[in-house]
Amino acid sequence: MSDSINEEVVSEEEITVEETVEPSENQTSALVEGVMHEQNIKNVSNKQAVMKILVQVGLYAFLGIMAFIILFPFYWMLISSVKTLDEYNLATPTLLPRTFDWHNYAEAFNAANLGTLFVNTVYVGLVSTFLSLIITVLSAFAFARLEFKGKNTLFALLLATMMIPGELFTITNYQTVSEFGWLNTYTVLIVPFLVSVFYIYLLKQNFMQIPNELYLAAKVDGTTDLKYLWKVMIPLALPTLISITILKMMGAWNTYMWPKLVTKNKDLYLITIGLRDSFKAPDGGQTDFPVQMAAVTMVSTPLFMVFIFLRKYIMKGVSRSGIKG
Amino acid sequence: MKVELQNLTKIFPSRNKKTGGEVIAVNDFTYTIPDGKLVGLLGPSGCGKSTTLYMISGLQKPSSGKIFFGEEDVTELSPENRGIGLVFQNYALYPHMTVKQNILFPLQNLRGADKMTKQQMLDRAYEAAKLVQIDELMDRKPSELSGGQQQRVAIARALVKMPRVLLLDEPLSNLDARLRLQTREEIRRIQKETGITTVFVTHDQEEAMSISDEIVVMKLGVVQQVGKPQDIYDNPTNLFVAKFLGTPPINVFTGKVEGEKLYIGENAVLDVKGVEDKAVTVAIRPEGFIVKENGAFECQLSNVEVMGRDVSVVSRNAASLNPVIRSIVDADNKIDVTSATVRYDLKPHKVFLFDAETEERIYFEV
Repeated sequence: MSDSINEEVVSEEEITVEETVEPSENQTSALVEGVMHEQNIKNVSNKQAVMKILVQVGLYAFLGIMAFIILFPFYWMLISSVKTLDEYNLATPTLLPRTFDWHNYAEAFNAANLGTLFVNTVYVGLVSTFLSLIITVLSAFAFARLEFKGKNTLFALLLATMMIPGELFTITNYQTVSEFGWLNTYTVLIVPFLVSVFYIYLLKQNFMQIPNELYLAAKVDGTTDLKYLWKVMIPLALPTLISITILKMMGAWNTYMWPKLVTKNKDLYLITIGLRDSFKAPDGGQTDFPVQMAAVTMVSTPLFMVFIFLRKYIMKGVSRSGIKG
Repeated sequence: MKVELQNLTKIFPSRNKKTGGEVIAVNDFTYTIPDGKLVGLLGPSGCGKSTTLYMISGLQKPSSGKIFFGEEDVTELSPENRGIGLVFQNYALYPHMTVKQNILFPLQNLRGADKMTKQQMLDRAYEAAKLVQIDELMDRKPSELSGGQQQRVAIARALVKMPRVLLLDEPLSNLDARLRLQTREEIRRIQKETGITTVFVTHDQEEAMSISDEIVVMKLGVVQQVGKPQDIYDNPTNLFVAKFLGTPPINVFTGKVEGEKLYIGENAVLDVKGVEDKAVTVAIRPEGFIVKENGAFECQLSNVEVMGRDVSVVSRNAASLNPVIRSIVDADNKIDVTSATVRYDLKPHKVFLFDAETEERIYFEV
């Protein structure tokens, strides 16, 4: 056995010797080839660099155009809000206002009763967000952590309701709340939208990512479910909860159709309805658009602030949902 | 505090409703863990060792059987009322809390007579942290700690309530080899210092043997053997235990007994008094071989690995059930590497016979 191995080794050595002796004249050509190859690499990398720059330019141009399209209406709102009505009515609109008429803001605030609208909207927004958060957290915890009969069926049923467009609920909801005699109350603005299956689903998924061992460890230490929820799960799921809070607040701020249907009392008007109805001239004449724009600017400002400072959380919530809250 | 397990059984209902069939995770486990000792539950994955640990902790309820801590029946008690500390395999530290908050957490749940003032809690937390030598790291978050440090925090958190029993689930499996060696000595030291009855679960026989006072070898929910590590190693009751303990693993052969002589292949390798003629499975520890020119047991020599103090001889035999036979002999032995064969004599007390069918041990007079 060992002999045959030795033979093999020897024959291999012979082969390698032959190879190294032979190709001395070929070396130069090999060198040339090598240089060419390097050049090729250079060309390719140049091409790649150019392509990269082109793609970048195209990308930023596209983003710039899109940003312009999105932002221009806002710009228009801002400049219109400081124009006089005469300037606003010019046949050729001015891109920069000739005079800055700040009185529009004071007028808008008084005319539209913006104070009341703000208070109403903030009140409804805060209360509904707060209650909704409690419901979301508790149900998400139950679905994620507790064992009870029919859990999966119940959750599937809840998810199934997401397939029905929200507008379809409006009619039945309206009938229900009018039977309850809730029309023209704060209750009707708050209660029907407290349960959001989507938020429950979102938070449940988040809760389920928390390792089971943390729960067991807490159990060993005698932690109650509620304390575990409060001390461990909520802090760990805080980013999701913040996303939900913001989206819910924004939803409350923007909602239009439902409040329009169920409130006839001006004292209960939310901001969206108030703005729509406030600036119509009583004699059917022209709406004072600059004043209306001033009001809209004031109303949008809180949302802008929220977006600028908390956009991280908004993006997260929206990107997970694929739909706007 | 001794821990007594009486006929402990855990049956899980089958996940698949159609095929039925339940899983018996732990079957009729009776054993008393002596007071103040470190006991290792050892077995391959799925043998029921973790389930046993969880039943002692109270996180899982036994299907039948009883658990006593000392004289107290704790079978129906919930985990927090048993006075146990549990360290999880992945440590289960609360990621958003500092080390200090993590260690304080169990104390903040104490109610009634056990309720402590803030200062008392802090003192206790620092005491526990000192014991595992992490009192410098109290303000860090778990993510800022190494694996070994996280492990210590988990142990401190388990110890801070001064439990009657400390339970460790695979305490070393998430650590690298060097840290594992260090940590297992650390666990041994902490256990000795506190004198707390400790049970730990592992699938690593070396780990179990090196630090346990006693080990329990399990397979498929059934206890195979209980005893001091050395006793089990020297005296396995069945083939499974013999194969499970020891590195390098034990060498297994098919063989037969005829006229009180043990045959492996054609070689009569050993006198076995008091054994009737039958087919047997022979297991020989690597250190049970003596290299000898006219030895009784002939094998084909593959190669020799020199490890300094010892020499590992790798050889083959048609009757071997392992791919190769690995024997460890003293480096003083001169072995002719060019030779095609190697001959051994066997040390009788390193040779175990098992029934070829039941795999139970057959004893013979040495």
